Amino acid sequence: MRHDGQPASGTVELTVTWLRVHGRLFASGWRRGATYRAAALGGLVANATFGLLKASILTAAVRAAGGELGGYDQAAILAYAWLTQALLGSVNLFGRSDLADRMKDGSIAIDLLRPVDVQTASTAQEVGRALFSLLPRGVPLVVLGALFGGLRLPTDPAQLALGVISVVLAVVLSSLLVYLVAASGFWTVETRGLQVFYMIVSGFLAGLFVPVTLFPDWLLTLAWSTPFPPLLQVPVDVLSGRVTGTAALALVGLQVGWLAVIYAIGALMTRAGRRRLEVQGG
Amino acid sequence: MRTTTTAPAVQVSQLTRTFRVRSGVLGRREVTAVDDLTLTIEAGESVGYIGANGAGKSTTIKMLAGILVPTSGTVRTCGLEPVAQRKALARRMGVVFGQRSQLWWDLPLAESYRILAAVHGLSAAREQERTAELVERLELGAFLATPVRQLSLGQRMRGEVAAALLHSPALLVLDEPTIGLDVLSKQRLREFLLAERAAHGTTLLLTTHDMGDVSRLCERVLLVDHGRLAYDGSLAGLSREVGARRVLVVDLAAPTPDLVEVPHAEHLGSEGGGLRQRLAFDDAATTAAAVLAAVSERVQVRDLSVEEPDVEDVVRRVYQSRGR
Repeated sequence: MRHDGQPASGTVELTVTWLRVHGRLFASGWRRGATYRAAALGGLVANATFGLLKASILTAAVRAAGGELGGYDQAAILAYAWLTQALLGSVNLFGRSDLADRMKDGSIAIDLLRPVDVQTASTAQEVGRALFSLLPRGVPLVVLGALFGGLRLPTDPAQLALGVISVVLAVVLSSLLVYLVAASGFWTVETRGLQVFYMIVSGFLAGLFVPVTLFPDWLLTLAWSTPFPPLLQVPVDVLSGRVTGTAALALVGLQVGWLAVIYAIGALMTRAGRRRLEVQGG
Repeated sequence: MRTTTTAPAVQVSQLTRTFRVRSGVLGRREVTAVDDLTLTIEAGESVGYIGANGAGKSTTIKMLAGILVPTSGTVRTCGLEPVAQRKALARRMGVVFGQRSQLWWDLPLAESYRILAAVHGLSAAREQERTAELVERLELGAFLATPVRQLSLGQRMRGEVAAALLHSPALLVLDEPTIGLDVLSKQRLREFLLAERAAHGTTLLLTTHDMGDVSRLCERVLLVDHGRLAYDGSLAGLSREVGARRVLVVDLAAPTPDLVEVPHAEHLGSEGGGLRQRLAFDDAATTAAAVLAAVSERVQVRDLSVEEPDVEDVVRRVYQSRGR
């Protein structure tokens, strides 16, 4: 027993300790998500309304294009419309985070007084909250879409499982990206400008408004060179079964690759930023 | 562990921190918040760190905790280098910021302790034992299930102190712990801190504006002025040096001209046309009874109270006595 609070030694024990700490932080985020039911309901209503609009506009576009548009037929575009809306409450495309607020008001000092990594600790809490949101905002939209909106999910359990994994990866990746926005607060007090920039660019390039396959070639190339399509386009294509087999595996692999890159950038920023930090307030 | 328990709790040498602040439209100016500070606090001491607003107290504490990087000089806290060994230090040090919360705002209070126990790697048995001890001694039981945002300030501060002490740190730093608390809550918190120190030998370092905190809790006083150490010694010694003055407040039977000629007392002000008057006096030169007797010779006193010296007054007198 480590009564004296000494860090554990040995890789296995370190991993167990890391999982215990971050599991607890994840659970705290999950519970915080559960606290705000009214907000979740409001989000659901908004997402459902825009889901209906998106579904009717995009199906009209597909029909006008002769039944196929950018690789999407009628069924695929419906799945796209409903699933993007279902993920909107969990994949952070707004750029806002608890940490950004804590940087601004100086509460980051409290986070730095704990024997945990700021990046992984805050990400664990964000992911917990985001994944909880799937229950009040994600699942009901999938059910609504299936009942009334013509949404069909694949029946192959392997494809569904890969889709769920892809969704979780997208949520974690978005939390790590939003951490970068917040961590810029190590250098500037006001990160709102960057947050708004992130909101505009990420949503568009992730395929929130239209699938990225509808982009002109140059924009499509640009989009795929950013970490944004893996936030929405990828999990929706994998979960809906539009992309299957090794192509789907490759897309999930792309998500994992971006995860590693964005995590590494965040870790470097944290290390450099700690040397710059001037905590706001007394 | 062996080497650090005997190390001083705080060892600071020629510590300096400057900030660049905007001045005018384009100009920037350097402000020195902590200036060539050298001091040592041994393990087990209880120290009051006082000074006017902006004297550099919080800046020093942030450097001790590894949150802020010193401009120059060295810091060792619990024998560790705070910035480089932040996580190791966090296991040995607890901090309470009176104006910030380390609790999870929208979760029940008990949940914060479960999270912090995991964060500090407490074993299940240790977590249970320590939580039970703190809950009992800080009387948290009644509101453990209440979300933190619904707690009163007094309840929350007790909750904050428990959070800072959950991992049994060797050094507890309290930044304005009693700010905004009522008299009874202050008293309970002070009693708890004394008991905690007696039971576990915890080193206490607190910044405060409340002289009551210092006189009840601290054996040693450090007074900072413009980032420099202006006094280091006992509270009694500080009072002797600068004559920390007490204030006699008298309510008089009839409006009276200002009582300016009472021996060894200085008339500070009058209210209600002279119905209530405030007289400052120095314990070293006279007594409350003597001042009261001198006032009673002149007018009829209906009621009275004695105000203890506050930090601002002590600080002001230190500055005056040094020709500032």
